[in-house]
Amino acid sequence: MSIFGEVPQAVPVAVFKLSADFREDQNPSKVNLGVGAYRTDEGQPWVLPVVRKVEKMIADDHSLNHEYLPILGLPEFRSSSSKIALGEDSPAIKDNRVGAVQCLGGTGALKIGAEFLRRWYNGTDNTKTPVYVSAPTWENHNAVFSNAGFEDIRPYKYWDAAKRGLNLEGFLGDLESAPDHSIFVLHACAHNPTGTDPTQDQWKQIADVMKRKSLFAFFDSAYQGFASGNLDKDAWAVRYFVSQGFELFCAQSFSKNFGLYNERVGNLTVVAKDQDNLTRVLSQMEKIVRITWSNPPSQGARLVAITLNTPELFAEWKDNVKTMADRVLLMRAQLKEKLKALGTPGTWEHITEQIGMFSFTGLNPKQVEYLVKEKHIYLMASGRINMCGLTTKNIDYVAESIHEAVTTVQ
Amino acid sequence: MGNDKTDAESILLQYYKRNIRYILRKPAQEWSCHAAFFFMKAHSCSLTAACLFPVCASAAAAAAMALLKTSRFISSVGSLTPSLATLPIRASSWWTEVQMGPPDPILGVTEAYKRDTNSKKMNLGVGAYRDDNGKPYVLNCVRKAEDLIASKMLDKEYLAIGGLGDFSKACAELALGPDSEVLKSKRSITVQTISGTGSLRIGANFLSRFHTAAKDVYLPKPSWGNHTPIFRDAGMQLKAYRYYDPATCGFDFTGALDDISKIPEHSIIMLHACAHNPTGVDPRPEQWKELSAVIKKKKLLVFFDMAYQGFASGDIDRDAWAVRYFIDQGHNVLLSQSFAKNMGLYGERVGGFTVVCADAEEAKRVESQLKILIRPIYSNPPMNGARIASTILNTPELRSTWLEEVKGMADRIIKMREMLVTNLKNEGSTHNWQHVIDQIGMFCFTGLKPEQVERLTKEFSVYMTKDGRISVAGVTSGNVGYLAHAIHQVTK
Repeated sequence: MSIFGEVPQAVPVAVFKLSADFREDQNPSKVNLGVGAYRTDEGQPWVLPVVRKVEKMIADDHSLNHEYLPILGLPEFRSSSSKIALGEDSPAIKDNRVGAVQCLGGTGALKIGAEFLRRWYNGTDNTKTPVYVSAPTWENHNAVFSNAGFEDIRPYKYWDAAKRGLNLEGFLGDLESAPDHSIFVLHACAHNPTGTDPTQDQWKQIADVMKRKSLFAFFDSAYQGFASGNLDKDAWAVRYFVSQGFELFCAQSFSKNFGLYNERVGNLTVVAKDQDNLTRVLSQMEKIVRITWSNPPSQGARLVAITLNTPELFAEWKDNVKTMADRVLLMRAQLKEKLKALGTPGTWEHITEQIGMFSFTGLNPKQVEYLVKEKHIYLMASGRINMCGLTTKNIDYVAESIHEAVTTVQ
Repeated sequence: MGNDKTDAESILLQYYKRNIRYILRKPAQEWSCHAAFFFMKAHSCSLTAACLFPVCASAAAAAAMALLKTSRFISSVGSLTPSLATLPIRASSWWTEVQMGPPDPILGVTEAYKRDTNSKKMNLGVGAYRDDNGKPYVLNCVRKAEDLIASKMLDKEYLAIGGLGDFSKACAELALGPDSEVLKSKRSITVQTISGTGSLRIGANFLSRFHTAAKDVYLPKPSWGNHTPIFRDAGMQLKAYRYYDPATCGFDFTGALDDISKIPEHSIIMLHACAHNPTGVDPRPEQWKELSAVIKKKKLLVFFDMAYQGFASGDIDRDAWAVRYFIDQGHNVLLSQSFAKNMGLYGERVGGFTVVCADAEEAKRVESQLKILIRPIYSNPPMNGARIASTILNTPELRSTWLEEVKGMADRIIKMREMLVTNLKNEGSTHNWQHVIDQIGMFCFTGLKPEQVERLTKEFSVYMTKDGRISVAGVTSGNVGYLAHAIHQVTK
């Protein structure tokens, strides 16, 4: 009689199951529009040229070893990453009230931030503080916060399916009705999965309510640089909140913008009122890190730190990022044109209005199923497609298939 | 908005109330400025008695920490601590109630060591291997593996949640042995983890969620300092069984058997597979056999922590013997492995977590749940270290190089143990230092008392943790004489 006899089979994580199904599919026309990773026009993963260069530098430098990093991570990685988010000239950085924790990807940064907030925010061990995530949001947000102990995770209105855009009124309404001190998980740019971001003016309205009601801003920044192609533009919202005096967290991921997916490179940037508070916050985060993974992995952080801190490499990186962002923009433009040319019913402006890697097509689950089963085009049940999965070679097939799905499946 | 001075004072009062421990931990020069200032202008304050006496015995400091009521004081103190000066101006922070986390006891040792200017200083706190020149050692097989990997120009796509398949497979085989019945029947699951800590954490979370029979985890006394907070944070209760005998600096076998025989059925028992941390004291095979029998009788769930396979005796099979024996005896164990020490991959965070199940079907169910646990922590594990470890384990030539190098590291440690004892005898020490040789692995529980440790640090710049634990890896043929001399001086 096994002690694990009662352990139920868990449902597989949807996005990974999709990839697994895609891999097993033998159909030569298959297209993977599922998992969020960049692909070249040949449909291949792309290791950034600057990454290959720095990797070689690291490999050739025999003075480097594999010793433990400090618990909070590589110092030069942490500081340069925070600069990327907040800006080289950030007054908060000058005030010595910005710190960071190197984490395992964006997920790890969210995790450490969530664990800290549960222990120390809005009282101590207050598991009842509401945590608001956008409707829809990245499916792992919920699990990160509930596993950290939060009991009350709620959606805030975000996506307007009818007009295929931001439901600002609903969003502001939910902010107003939220209990004071609630935590709000905000997508810094390139909202996942909708690709719909608030405008600067809309962010200002959001910030106003949040300040008035003392709501906590927890930014998730997984696509900086990837959205518009410009790092500073993509960081506008975070920097605006900082300029408005918010104490906030920003979970940064370098998975996409450095293409370092599997090295798990992330940074939790902490902006506090002053250095004193910052120091105590970091000291407690250190304790959380110690019982989760002790100290973070070294390779990816080294790579990013060297790149960000070396002017020529930094310039090359920004260029590589723009290359990726531009290809996505091109695919967006082309997909929209083709759908319009086919006369596909509905409006398709949202394809170019949305930003970042993903597009919420508006396709319903039946239409999605049709695409997956009949056309071997793999996308999420929500209708989310990864624009990076589109290439000049498959875009016609995809456009035609979407046309078929929309016209034949209700 | 009211009397500014009063507001400022009350904010100041709150500041000190909350941060008194923190302030007193700062370098003496800094807080004594506060203290000196207060002392000169002392007023009594109810804050003083409540906060100070538990923390600071010094009467002068107690009186000195009384608060002033003059705005001149506030601005003067403000000039000492800029953040204070801004208190009346900014609204209070959300983090005002956050206490300063206590410094890590082991990191503190290294920090103090770094500040020491004595040329003869020794850092025996560090749990990382050093070569005979006291330098970190990157294994040749690691360098070769890295070159091999670089030449393949691999992409950086996400790993599966459970990690690199080639790695997990090789990791399990290394621990269980190539002829393992468990592996043949596919009735175990191994996932790649964030080194040993990450493995223990996943294990703790898994037990907390699914081991409904009992929430008690029994650790040996003493155990690695991080075991307790990991399991506690996961929601488990911590208990202990006797293990180390300070009288002999060896294994308290009868004590352990006695305690274990009283553990309630279905509880979880943590065993260090080899090279016990922090004592270096391992049971002998006959003792392991008796432990296995008692543990089986009590129907306890065994959780092995194996962070030093190969590193203890120099032989990977010998070091895994206990794990393999227990499995042969029918224990379906949980196992955490680390490649931090035995491959020198510390900062790459390479580890594995294994659950031995009843059958293949159960293993699949358990695997699915482990993924659910991992995803909200870090999604999927880092590639670099696992790729290196996998390449080494799966490339015959690199694997034999590795086995030689790991034996080399273990042999150097063993040699240093012997040299230390020889040198102690030459110094004229009459104490019994046999335990230094009998103990195994990176660490040695010297038996030194806290006062002796303090003297070692203050008078000889030899740094170790207060429990008398030294990392033998920090000893070299160049400094072993000095160490023996120092130890003799504080123990004669």
